[in-house]
Amino acid sequence: MIQYILGRFVLIVPTIVAVSIVVFLMLYLTPGDPAIIYLGDTPATPARVAQIRHAMGLDRPLSTQYLSYVARLVRGDLGRSLRNDDTVLGEIQYRFPSSAQLAGAAFVVTVTLGIGLGLISALSRGTWLDASAMILALLGVSMPIFWLGLMLIFVFSLQLGWFPATGFGGWERLVLPAVTLGLLTSATLARLARSSVLEILWQPYIRTARAKGLAKGHVVRRHVLRNALILLITVAGLQLGDLLSGAVITETVFARPGLGKLLVDAILNKDFPVVQGVVLLIAVAYTLINLGVDVSYAYFDPRIRFE
Amino acid sequence: MLGGVLLVLVIVATLLAPLLTPYNPLALSPTDRMLPPGPHHLLGTDEFGRDVLTRILFGARTSLRTGLVAVSLAIVIGVPMGLASGFYGGLIDRLLMRLVDLMLTFPGILLALVIVAILGPSLFNAMLAVGISASPTYARVVRSSVLSTKPHFFVEAAQAIGCRNWRIMLRHILPNVVAPIVVLGTLGVAGAIIAAAALSFLGLGAQPPEPEWGALLSEGRNFLLDAWWIATFPGLAIMVTVLAINLLGDGLRDVLDPQLRT
Repeated sequence: MIQYILGRFVLIVPTIVAVSIVVFLMLYLTPGDPAIIYLGDTPATPARVAQIRHAMGLDRPLSTQYLSYVARLVRGDLGRSLRNDDTVLGEIQYRFPSSAQLAGAAFVVTVTLGIGLGLISALSRGTWLDASAMILALLGVSMPIFWLGLMLIFVFSLQLGWFPATGFGGWERLVLPAVTLGLLTSATLARLARSSVLEILWQPYIRTARAKGLAKGHVVRRHVLRNALILLITVAGLQLGDLLSGAVITETVFARPGLGKLLVDAILNKDFPVVQGVVLLIAVAYTLINLGVDVSYAYFDPRIRFE
Repeated sequence: MLGGVLLVLVIVATLLAPLLTPYNPLALSPTDRMLPPGPHHLLGTDEFGRDVLTRILFGARTSLRTGLVAVSLAIVIGVPMGLASGFYGGLIDRLLMRLVDLMLTFPGILLALVIVAILGPSLFNAMLAVGISASPTYARVVRSSVLSTKPHFFVEAAQAIGCRNWRIMLRHILPNVVAPIVVLGTLGVAGAIIAAAALSFLGLGAQPPEPEWGALLSEGRNFLLDAWWIATFPGLAIMVTVLAINLLGDGLRDVLDPQLRT
């Protein structure tokens, strides 16, 4: 198992290197002189621009610039924000807890609701329960997350006054954003959970389990869920990626000071070092999540690690 | 069926927008500020006195066009990549698939955000961003369809009579992978409408005063307490349209490509 994990870990190194190249090149792909972008709206003489170019190392070959970028990354130096001169790493560290809390809580909503709805729907196939669960899921897939967030604020904050609409800190500020983000991703998971459970219900081993007189609950827990788990772990893992990017929108709707809001504000302010730092972090986190999904596969399904 | 009917209704309403409403989507009317839904303004007015229904109808043009253009772009980029990758295999396949993997490292809307960060916020750039970021999915699906089509005798026969590779790809393989592209493309329009609306909502797509569904919602969010209708109805419009497209896509999938059924 350890060998398997190490093997998978080695495979993600090229991906992370490629991601770092893309993030590094972002600034150079932007139309215009990177030095002028770095200067922002402040007017500057050509001499000042040249000075910035030199200070940023823009007058050196691109490969040298990339290597020094990587060297800085390894030291944990992601540069400084153009807006307030804070270190990007510091900004990220400050915002990270809010985003992690949101993603974690939303993931719990996604898994509970998604697998629960899918399972109920599949086990009561063809009934009104199945139909209503799937209509709910279809509505969930079709609903824009930012609208759902606004509607929840309207009903539960402005009308009923149950939860605060914005900000970070305390569980009461987490409920609405987590439900918004989680509801959306659980809809996809519910649809997939239903179809994979239905497929398993047709398998001969389920018929055998029933034929030998096992209780329905036992069949579901031991035979249906265990076999559906592989697919559901994959999808839930991939949903975590959606949660990471969905957090960008949710945080803006609920004005939560997280990484997503930091990213959107940085794009609007052309604060490139911050954009690069946050994008790099999310992409690397997503790659590691995928690695985690692969490893958990192998854990739950021994066939995979022996292949 | 229901999805198709709903979608036709949305499209007809969009095309007939100037006939269905007497108002101009951009004209300001300070005396009519934030009027609730009523007989003169069925869905109320916004903070500048503009009719919300009119802006939704005209916004539908922008949003539907954005969705269609973005998906077309994704198909134009993704399908040739998938065709070449599956058909040639070897180094070309490895290179193209690594590129696809790299693009998929940026989850969900993140790749679109990266592209908008590079190109700058505008509706056109949002369309490009959504289209490019959706293309890897098409490349992957087409590649796997090509791989399952390639071993057939008709491909070997075409090679035997001396057909050029591009002809085999376009005339013999492509028609066999059209079904998944149609299904994915239909469902993709729904996703693209939401993604583009999300970018506009964040201020990175359509810019005011252009009526676009995401931008309309963004305008309405500051008036949720005093004028709930400004943000509520554009969201419902997005939901109904996306629901219609999803229903249509699901139906098409069941007919054209039962294997994709989830």
